[in-house]
Amino acid sequence: MKLTLALAQIETKLGDVEANLSKHLHFIERAKAGKADLLVFPELSLTGYVLQDLVASVAHKPVEDDLVFKHLLEASHDLDLVVGFVDEDSRHRFYIANAYLSGGKLVHVHHKVYLPTYGLFDEGRFFAWGDKVRAFDTRFGRVGMLICEDFWHASPPYLLWLDGADIMLFSSASPGRGLNDKDKLESARWVERVNKAYASMFTSFVAHANRVGYEDGLHFWGGATVFDPNGEELSHGPYNEEAITFTELDLNQLRRTRVRLPLLRDERTSLVQNELNRILARG
Amino acid sequence: MAEVNLSINTSLACEILTGFIKSEITRVGMSRAIINLSGGLDSALSCALAVEALGAENVLALRLPYRASSSNSLTDAQLLIDQLGIQSKTIEITDMVDPLIRLDPQMPNVRKGNIMARARMIVLYDQSEATKALPVGTSNKTEILLGYSTIYGDSASAINPIGDLYKTQVRQLSRAMNIPAPIIDKPPSADLWADQTDEKELGFTYEDVDKLLYLLVDQRYSAREAVEAGFDEAFVNTVTTRIRRYQFKRMLPPIAKVSNRTIGYDFLYLRDWGT
Repeated sequence: MKLTLALAQIETKLGDVEANLSKHLHFIERAKAGKADLLVFPELSLTGYVLQDLVASVAHKPVEDDLVFKHLLEASHDLDLVVGFVDEDSRHRFYIANAYLSGGKLVHVHHKVYLPTYGLFDEGRFFAWGDKVRAFDTRFGRVGMLICEDFWHASPPYLLWLDGADIMLFSSASPGRGLNDKDKLESARWVERVNKAYASMFTSFVAHANRVGYEDGLHFWGGATVFDPNGEELSHGPYNEEAITFTELDLNQLRRTRVRLPLLRDERTSLVQNELNRILARG
Repeated sequence: MAEVNLSINTSLACEILTGFIKSEITRVGMSRAIINLSGGLDSALSCALAVEALGAENVLALRLPYRASSSNSLTDAQLLIDQLGIQSKTIEITDMVDPLIRLDPQMPNVRKGNIMARARMIVLYDQSEATKALPVGTSNKTEILLGYSTIYGDSASAINPIGDLYKTQVRQLSRAMNIPAPIIDKPPSADLWADQTDEKELGFTYEDVDKLLYLLVDQRYSAREAVEAGFDEAFVNTVTTRIRRYQFKRMLPPIAKVSNRTIGYDFLYLRDWGT
């Protein structure tokens, strides 16, 4: 089975959901023209990233009668979509969220579970922490979504792997930092290194969609990537400019790689559980 | 001495910084930049980056000499103006500055220098309004950290593309962008009085202080660790004291909080809000 995946790296208008929705619809048309089955947008693609006190005013619910999501749900009849937004729950907690939409329906929502609140980041001040890492079924097989800092920690990708995800869809609004004499920023090198590592260790597909553009002095570097279950890079979007990167995933590669390298079969989950129980019980 | 490598990938730096200038100017509905071109290296680099970002036709250079300014400052600025093919205006600030200076015959150089720097800021912002061009800043990371600037003077700008580059990195990027050699090679100076040079006034070289700042700021070394890495203790103390002492120059004035929602504390929006 083959899947044509499109990764959108877009600029956003900070706090202007309507303008960002228009851009989504434009990229959806481009993805359709490229015969994509699935299009992934970056973190907070509908809102922009450094929202601060804008958080409450840009929140939306991924339901049909929402003025923004009704357009996206409609578009998901033609291709599956992952969009980034601010989710507000019924008790008015706000989450950095990704929604997976397909066939006019909401399939899954992931709330970011790691909110960086250090250095240049201040997410924990403005957002509630997600508390679930769950894989989910799609028409292409079982998928997992993580948002930026979620995959700077090893445990969320590991949990998704054990929960059955063969395709990991990562999204970011990653501010560029660490300019030195290398040809890439330190932040880009780090993210690409761990994406490649997850694909290799979990013998899975790992795709990453990252934003471009500027918010005040912050610069988002783009550079979408897809790695296959052998850890090989299948595609690489450009840095620092809007683009849509198409990649054909041959899902049969999962079987071929895992026949050769049965890391999933041999994973000692009970051992992990026992040792985790012991370590956590120690207090 | 610890090995400190401050060299940067200049093409990547240029890409990020020109993208910044273009984004921050065009997103507010403007298309033009205006820069006080002193004849020194920092403003030359900001100017070259602005030209790369916006095109020569969208960059206006101001030359704002005082009667005691070095003539080299004017000719060096002209070298760059000619090379980049940009428009320029020359407005002498002597008639703005001297009446104020004459009020106090004992006025020390520092006050005179501050008056000149602020007079240049007034002209910059006036010409910004007159020409609908956004003032692009010229302060580098070294001088911002050391507080080596006049608050509301040369530190004033709408956006600053080079404020995260140390002086030695400014030199490296300037070489890569073909800034004329006389501008790169001459001793850095605010040119506020005769024979003033930055390094004479500061008491150390940019090469030394940039390495120390890189360890203290970027690499989060403690002062003790910097000494252990081979830097002179008195030098480390001078620099750490300057960083702390001049924090006020890096901030907007604090507002006394009395309400539930106060600008600067809990009224938080980026400048790029809505754009």
